[in-house]
Amino acid sequence: MKPHLFQYIRAESTQAAIALLEEFGEDAQILAGGQSLVPTMALRMANPETLIDISAIAELQTIELSDGVLTIGAGCRYVDVLNSDLVAKSAPLLCQAIPYIAHDAIRNRGTIGGSLALADPASELPACMLALDAVIIVESKDGQRKIPAGDFFQGTYFTDLAENELLVAIEMPEIASNQIHKFYEISRRSGDYAISGGAFVLTHEDGCIADARLAYFAVSDCAVLATKAGEALVGNSLSSEIIETVSDIAAGEIEFFADLYNGEAMKKQLTKVLTRRMLTKIHDGMN
Amino acid sequence: MDPSYALSFKLNGRQVKQEVSPRTSLADMLRNQMGLTATHIGCEQGACGACNVVVDGKTVRSCLIFAIQMEGAEIETSQGFEGDPLMATLRENFANRNALQCGFCTGGMLLAARDLIKTTPKPNREEIREHISGNFCRCTGYEAIVDAIWKTAHEALDLEGEK
Repeated sequence: MKPHLFQYIRAESTQAAIALLEEFGEDAQILAGGQSLVPTMALRMANPETLIDISAIAELQTIELSDGVLTIGAGCRYVDVLNSDLVAKSAPLLCQAIPYIAHDAIRNRGTIGGSLALADPASELPACMLALDAVIIVESKDGQRKIPAGDFFQGTYFTDLAENELLVAIEMPEIASNQIHKFYEISRRSGDYAISGGAFVLTHEDGCIADARLAYFAVSDCAVLATKAGEALVGNSLSSEIIETVSDIAAGEIEFFADLYNGEAMKKQLTKVLTRRMLTKIHDGMN
Repeated sequence: MDPSYALSFKLNGRQVKQEVSPRTSLADMLRNQMGLTATHIGCEQGACGACNVVVDGKTVRSCLIFAIQMEGAEIETSQGFEGDPLMATLRENFANRNALQCGFCTGGMLLAARDLIKTTPKPNREEIREHISGNFCRCTGYEAIVDAIWKTAHEALDLEGEK
């Protein structure tokens, strides 16, 4: 349980971190909050030769709202995002989701960028990014790239982030007055990985759903958007019949992957239950 | 031999210097190099909470941080908190209520409890259980721990008033 020996470098700025990535290439690994990386290194499943510590870079830890776009620095810790009034007001989905992530002591250290760059299929945040239609901003010596969340997450621990790129920020649209954010997950114990989890962003007009982004995590090889279920909601009110139908469609369109404890059938069933519970809660909240 | 680097940080109220290898965790440095063995190592992967310490005012897992990251930091372990009335009351109530049997989880549990009372002055039993859900106790069944924290939370209000 002790990691392989490595070289440690504390980057003082984003530019310095990018230059170090360029210099050390595939032998280097970014250390942000370390809450997933350090145990992986202790188990020697990751053995980077160089660790570039970005946790002291203040410019990666800002949260700003401008022209209806919320920008969260990749180095923001979960606790900072959770306690931000700006986030609570403009992206309440994140404040609903973060208490589900591990435990207090982990949330005091883990970062939003670290979670997204790792792309654990059981992680809450990639699904939030899909539901929010967020844009992931990455930077290399060649400049910035803005990648829609739907293109960024490509598989289990697999993203569009190149070796020489640093995830620097996430942009997401501010919640509109006719939108509802809802987050929920089913797990055995508080802080455990979810068996099935959902992050929904619904837009309503005159009591009917005008747009629905239903994202799921811990069910497949990475966070997924249930587009057919979302389309089935459009133009309808949240009647119990529609909720039942949409829950079935969502459970039908996702390609389920078993985890260590829960098989595909279990995940499918609980995804149906989860969808029904979430949409019912949203319906109750609207009336 | 691993290379070693000189660090300077504040530990339990005292400014200290320590040499560490880059791969040494904060938990290992505290225990093996500085003799602070109340910081226990249970799982070494962030699940059990026995190694909790406070870094710059925030409770964290010392097994999930490299010691070399601690340059300039302020660290408080369960052996610190000298003159902290809240911690003193927690310790007393844990002892009086038998909120420990083997004591392995106690240091981490005390830090989690102190954190909760600081942020939620009058937690109910459910909030206490939720907050200590990241700290494993394999002896007590948690009931006595919840009792001790609950009692402290109510006494702590009086302590704040006295200051």
